[in-house]
Amino acid sequence: MPLAIVLILLVVGSLAFHFLSPWTFTPLASNWARIDTTVDITLVVTGIVFVAVNLFMAFCVIRYRHRKDRRAEYEPENKKLEWILSAATTIGVAAMLAPGLFVWAKFVDVPEDAMQIEAVGQQWNWSYRLPGEDGRFGRASTRLVSPENPFGMDPDDPAGQDDVLVQSAEVHLPVDQPVRFWLRSKDVLHNFTVAQFRVKMDLVPGMETHMWLTPTRTGRFEVLCEELCGIAHHSMRGAVVVEDEADFRAWTASWPTWADVQARPPGNATAGAAQFVVCTSCHGPQGQGQQAMNAPRIAGQDGWYLEQQLANYQAGVRGAHPEDTYGQMMAPMARTLATRDAVANVVAHIATLPDQAPAATVEGNAAAGGERYTVCAYCHGAAGQGIEQMRAPRLAGMSDWYLVRQLENFKTGVRGGHPQDYYGKQMGFMAATLQDERAIRDVVAYINTL
Amino acid sequence: MAYVAIADRDHEIEHHDPRTFIRKYIWSQDHKVIAVQYALTAIFVGLVALTLSVMMRLQLGFPNDFSFITPESYYQFITMHGMIMVIYLLTALFLGGFGNYLIPLMCGSRDMVFPYMNMLSYWVYLLSVLILLASFFVPGGSTGAGWTLYPPQAISSGTAGAQWGIILMLVSLATFIVAFTMGGLNYVTTVLQARCRGMTLMRLPLSVWGIFMATILGLLAFPALLVSAIMLLLDKTLYTSFFMPDMVSAGQQTVHTNGSPILFQHLFWFFGHPEVYIVALPAFGIVSDLLATHARKNIFGYRMMVWAILAIGGLSFIVWAHHMYVSGMNPYFGFFFATTTLIIAVPTAIKVYNWVLTLWRGNIHLRVPMLFAIGFIFTFIHGGLTGIFLGNVVVDLPLSDTYFVVAHFHMVMGVSPILVVFGAIYHWFPKITGKMYSERLGRWHFWLTFLGTYSIYLPMHYLGFLGVPRRYFAMGDTAFMPDSAHALNESITISAIIVAATQLIFLYNMITSLARGKKADPNPWGATTLEWQTPDTPPRHGNWGHELPVVHRWAYDYSVPGYPEDFIPQTVPADVAPVGRRHGVQHA
Amino acid sequence: MTFTLVFLAVLMAVVIGWLLRQTLNTAPWQPRAADDAVSGASLAISVRVLGLATFLAVVTSLFALFISAYLMRRHMHDWAAVDEPRILWLNTALLACASLVYHRTRSAAIAGDRGRLKTGLGLAGLLTFLFLAGQLLAWQELHAAGLYLSSNPANAFFYLLTAVHGLHLMGGLWVWARSAVKVVTGADPEAVRTSVELCAVYWHYLLLVWIILFALLLYT
Ligand code: HEA
Ligand code: HEA
Ligand code: CUA
Ligand SMILES: [Cu+2]
Repeated sequence: MPLAIVLILLVVGSLAFHFLSPWTFTPLASNWARIDTTVDITLVVTGIVFVAVNLFMAFCVIRYRHRKDRRAEYEPENKKLEWILSAATTIGVAAMLAPGLFVWAKFVDVPEDAMQIEAVGQQWNWSYRLPGEDGRFGRASTRLVSPENPFGMDPDDPAGQDDVLVQSAEVHLPVDQPVRFWLRSKDVLHNFTVAQFRVKMDLVPGMETHMWLTPTRTGRFEVLCEELCGIAHHSMRGAVVVEDEADFRAWTASWPTWADVQARPPGNATAGAAQFVVCTSCHGPQGQGQQAMNAPRIAGQDGWYLEQQLANYQAGVRGAHPEDTYGQMMAPMARTLATRDAVANVVAHIATLPDQAPAATVEGNAAAGGERYTVCAYCHGAAGQGIEQMRAPRLAGMSDWYLVRQLENFKTGVRGGHPQDYYGKQMGFMAATLQDERAIRDVVAYINTL
Repeated sequence: MAYVAIADRDHEIEHHDPRTFIRKYIWSQDHKVIAVQYALTAIFVGLVALTLSVMMRLQLGFPNDFSFITPESYYQFITMHGMIMVIYLLTALFLGGFGNYLIPLMCGSRDMVFPYMNMLSYWVYLLSVLILLASFFVPGGSTGAGWTLYPPQAISSGTAGAQWGIILMLVSLATFIVAFTMGGLNYVTTVLQARCRGMTLMRLPLSVWGIFMATILGLLAFPALLVSAIMLLLDKTLYTSFFMPDMVSAGQQTVHTNGSPILFQHLFWFFGHPEVYIVALPAFGIVSDLLATHARKNIFGYRMMVWAILAIGGLSFIVWAHHMYVSGMNPYFGFFFATTTLIIAVPTAIKVYNWVLTLWRGNIHLRVPMLFAIGFIFTFIHGGLTGIFLGNVVVDLPLSDTYFVVAHFHMVMGVSPILVVFGAIYHWFPKITGKMYSERLGRWHFWLTFLGTYSIYLPMHYLGFLGVPRRYFAMGDTAFMPDSAHALNESITISAIIVAATQLIFLYNMITSLARGKKADPNPWGATTLEWQTPDTPPRHGNWGHELPVVHRWAYDYSVPGYPEDFIPQTVPADVAPVGRRHGVQHA
Repeated sequence: MTFTLVFLAVLMAVVIGWLLRQTLNTAPWQPRAADDAVSGASLAISVRVLGLATFLAVVTSLFALFISAYLMRRHMHDWAAVDEPRILWLNTALLACASLVYHRTRSAAIAGDRGRLKTGLGLAGLLTFLFLAGQLLAWQELHAAGLYLSSNPANAFFYLLTAVHGLHLMGGLWVWARSAVKVVTGADPEAVRTSVELCAVYWHYLLLVWIILFALLLYT
């Protein structure tokens, strides 16, 4: 008896949960309303079955529960009943399948006028490529991938010269314009998902997969990787910004073409030396860093990383957070470097500075830190040397007190909290796994031994 | 011919009765002992996997509160959790455990036809388990590739345990397959050739049918896993490029070229989908017998039930790519596989209906096994219906790789067959041990497990709708994820901990009952099938004393009109007058 | 996958078709004297034969899947077909003889003719060992030609398929060895009869598999 009641309560409860639950599909932002419809149809059909069958079962449990005087009916089978039920089920299945296949057919054939865009995945971040004026993508291959050529572009393919290379996890799309995503991976499987768009597809190394949709709502939507791709799978985030045509054009123009990238002159160290004077006041003449000034060592740090961070300071992606006191000091300094070349020059100069590790200032249990560092090693390298293609800077031999502060900032979101600081957000995920001050000191103590 | 067959069988099964403890309980060739060995080992690893699941839940419910759960270890936990639960717990428990115990007894034979190979099967299985557990302790730890072990990720540097863990995992799987094949050959041949006189196929209890079909699926599907494991192992150790494409790993170009990751997925799921029915079909069969026995009514539509089992078995080989709708395979496959996948719903539906119709106009005793059986029907319907969502290719687009999938397969595999396992243990415990267990504790165990698991998995569907991806160490702050979702995760975790703790009640009940439970009636439920008609309880080696039983009727003669008793054992001749409960073997 | 599917379709059809014939239009709940009389053996063959048959079904599934994988992987553009070493033809002949000899040995065992049984077993074993040796030579040849396991998927598959086939043959040789020892140590033919019979079947089967594999390698 209690069983029957519970069964009924579970059915009622499940329905209640379903209708009251605030956790449902995110508001649609693409043309795939049809998918939602199919989901609803499926919900209705299966819902009816769920309620009907279970209530009937509950009824049986009540009505036919054991009593001394009762004896079960003897009925081996009932062909008629069984056929009716099978037929009903078949109809129910068909009612769900038919619309499903109809919508799938729509998904399978891509509209002629769809604009093309390529999402490139790697452990553990996104970048994008647009075909440029000629509307054709140039040849690209994983074998050509290198720090200088992260997209693996084929320099000899004329079609590739005007391809726009978006070295960022954020991509923009014009609203109401069908777009076909080409998906390419440099290493393992990934999956390009925007919940609000409904459709998703895997990135498969060695082949180009694709999917299409039409953004119907302007706004900013998160990109999640939904195929397990290693230990930082959950932190492989990006964003799609849907905006009107004009803004989209402006955004596209702000990114270099493959030709631009190749033409870029290397930074000029001597020119950089002049601008570097400004920096020395805090970071020290040799860029060796000064704890008193809260300025970290920059000599010996990877050039690409310095450029990236300077860009972040300039754009207010870093050093904007109210609690980031020292970052706020650095931001205006960074802005004194007016042009991209200016930045390149300073960085080139910094590369010429002597590379000697400062004395350790942080105590901690290096052994325990070593345990935890195994996770860090996936991106920063076992020797803490930094790996450009993972967007992970050098740690070994950099100012340890500074590392401690940054880890705390990452943990609290003071750094990496800005919506456009994707690599920062990723580091935030990892810093979050360091429970406390001690854990942080341990790791840094270990890094000091590298 | 008939007599010849029996004769030539009886001398093939040399009938020995070992005396020494070692020969009796360790190197035993008795199917019942082997069954228990299988079951205990499986339950042991099951508990390991259960512990892992709790640790996963701790991270998901209370992110980053525990220093021993890093992203690395989290992915290692889910991988081992999944793999152990599916293969080393359920497959081994249903086929190695229940298959071994029930087949010879229900078919009325003295033992499996190849007892020695049967014993070997267990020891090889144990070996595979040890290899698996060893991988926790090698440098780098066990593999964190997810139980699907997809390359390139499974064997490339971005993944935990890509050094030794994955190698041990693959070796362990290969070993398991060898063990399973040795057992499987036994089950098939025993069912087909070693039944007692009068036991036609259509007189077999559905438990045997379910296990039989599952075994056939296993024998044909596991080779797919073996093939993919061998080729992946070669890619890993000898740098072939079956599956491994060109790639840049941690900034380094690798030696592999042009391999096809999708090829692996096809092979894996060609095994993987039948596998899920390998753990489902025995549950279907066993639950049918539990329902019939405790509802005192013949299983409704026996023939349909048998054909449904065959149909499901056949169909399960042509639906595998429904796991690959968003894998980048040729999208046109979607049409075919969506159709076949939804067709499977029909035979499955028939089974569900017939279970419920068995209760209809029955005389339902709500004993512990029955509670679990009815609980199974409920959770299975729920899980099956969510499968329909995923099978319908476009509906799978938003839901694939989200918690909806996790919810689906836990509802349908993580709890339904588990409920049957428990029900079956409570049902056959008196026969296996000769002792009775505590009904009261059994009920507690049922209620907490049933309600607990439902409160774990129902909410997961809604996280899935919301778009929460599976295999995420942490959600972090994601714009479309309200804080309420985090709260939901906490509640799930709490239920999970409760349910996990509940299993201690079960273990306590089993152990104490074994030690000082009161002696069990040889046929406490008044069941008709042969295993309840053995001359002694627990059955001795050889099962049947001097003479094999002879069967005169099907397995479901409950409440037959005109008989005072509400059941007639299969061994009772058609013309014999009504018989009493404690009825032993009928000698021919 | 089509290749495997075809095989499975056939197999399933046979199994299910057979089961249905056993089960169709009986109403099991009606006690029938006819049913009471049937023995518990559904097939008029010994359990060992059925055991072997089942095992062969498993092995077939294994090879079918390897072949499916082969055919699928082939379509990637880096496939550089190997031209098979000549010696494979000789090996094929050797294996063919081996299975032929085993066939004769089988009849010898049934006839209980120790002499022919002894020589038969010896010869069959010898030929099989020669086959395996020949396969090794083929590997040598490829290796010498710089075609390593890792240098191209085509080679990889060649090594893999031949290896798997060879391993199965070695398994057979284990059984062969046991019966050979029995016979040499003067056991009477009856003692080894079944195992010789089964081995004969197994050898024919592995010959068939090899011919299919070889044809596949040649044709691609
Ligand atoms: C016991 C195990 C088991 C069982 C029985 C099933 C049963 C089914 N499964 Fe499930 N499935 C898994 C275990 C199982 N599954 C696992 C482990 C995974 C995940 C693997 C991974 O990725 O890690 C998975 C994943 C999975 C996917 C892939 C999702 C994805 O990754 O995107 C799909 C898609 O089609 C699917 C479909 C189905 C269907 C259609 C059934 C059907 O057989 C269900 C049939 C039953 C019913 C339909 C209910 C009863 C019927 C009625 C009450 C009658 C009325 C019905 C209608 C009118 C429709 N399953
Ligand atoms: C039979 C299969 C099975 C079972 C029983 C379970 C049981 C549980 N599972 Fe698991 N799970 C899987 C199969 C299973 N799981 C698989 C295949 C995956 C995918 C892995 C991957 O993505 O690679 C997965 C993944 C998975 C995830 C997703 C992880 C992620 O994607 O990030 C989660 C998260 O909550 C989870 C939770 C749980 C919980 C809380 C339990 C339980 O704790 C529920 C409560 C307990 C019970 C229902 C009782 C079971 C008792 C035993 C098992 C003890 C031994 C048996 C006896 C004593 C008879 N599981
Ligand atoms: Cu990339 Cu997950
Ligand atoms: Cu499936």
